[in-house]
Amino acid sequence: MKTAKEILEILQKKFPEIEFSLVEDEPSDQIIFTDALKIHEICEFLRDGEGLKFDTLMNLSGVDDANGEKQTNDDGSETIVGGTLSVYYNLDSIELNHKTTLQVSTSRESPKVESVNLIWRAADWHEREAYDMLGIKFLNHPDLRRILMPYDWEEGSYPLRKDYKDPEFYQGMKVPY
Amino acid sequence: MGLLDQEFLDSNIVIAKSDDLLNWARLSSLWQLSFGLACCAIEMMATSASNYDFDRFGVMPRPTPRQADIIIISGTVTLKMAIRIKRLYEQMPDPKYIISMGSCANCGGPYWEHGYHVLKGVDRVIPVDVYVPGCPPRPEALLEGLLKLQEKIRHETLRTKKA
Repeated sequence: MKTAKEILEILQKKFPEIEFSLVEDEPSDQIIFTDALKIHEICEFLRDGEGLKFDTLMNLSGVDDANGEKQTNDDGSETIVGGTLSVYYNLDSIELNHKTTLQVSTSRESPKVESVNLIWRAADWHEREAYDMLGIKFLNHPDLRRILMPYDWEEGSYPLRKDYKDPEFYQGMKVPY
Repeated sequence: MGLLDQEFLDSNIVIAKSDDLLNWARLSSLWQLSFGLACCAIEMMATSASNYDFDRFGVMPRPTPRQADIIIISGTVTLKMAIRIKRLYEQMPDPKYIISMGSCANCGGPYWEHGYHVLKGVDRVIPVDVYVPGCPPRPEALLEGLLKLQEKIRHETLRTKKA
């Protein structure tokens, strides 16, 4: 059993060139915040490292932080410019019976996060879902397609973004109520 | 109808209007496309099971659209599924009927505002004959919907044919 603080210290010792920080003001367990473009090697170490052994990816979820600048359009709808999208990783070690949560953030305009699909195969569909719903591009993902929305859904239209607007029509069917 | 529950003095010959005969035959054996979408499908299956016994109205599931008379749209119609429903409907032979079961199929139901993936009413892709309200409707409500459809078929004529 290791706390988030202890895991953070192990990671800082192993990767002195990568920035880590602890998110403590959330009403949840402590979260380790790190670099979206280094997450692959960090996760590989978390899976195999002595005393860590995070053998299971319980969940991977994308979140729209909606912390950019809100601009009101002519029709009253809002567009968010700037700010971040985040990806959360919930890891579990069956062997050592401990859990932890990682967070990475990436820019809203060109969201890029390294894929962890090669470390935990469970990440495959989770990453596709985060891509489908929020448009986060997972680098080195072998099959990054939409998973829930139709394949021919409008390019660049991601339904779980906070400033999402329904298209007027899909394949000749009216979408809004 | 009162055709077959009467006693006849003479045997062998019954005289009826061809409209009545055909309508009676149609409404008494509505074969339903075995097809369900969401929680409404559970109620639809309950209606088929022995407690409510859809079969006493001649409704039985037929797992091919080519030999089905009605399709019960039982559940949330997503945009993805709407395309497939339209294809199934087009594969059914005439005369064919549609019962829209539950709020989702009627108008989008709880997904009407934020359901980015839901078609707001199946009547946007196929012509519905009977709408059954409810979320989900109880089996009694679906039976009532079927009786309404039978009523509709009973008053059809061969002259004004509707697809």
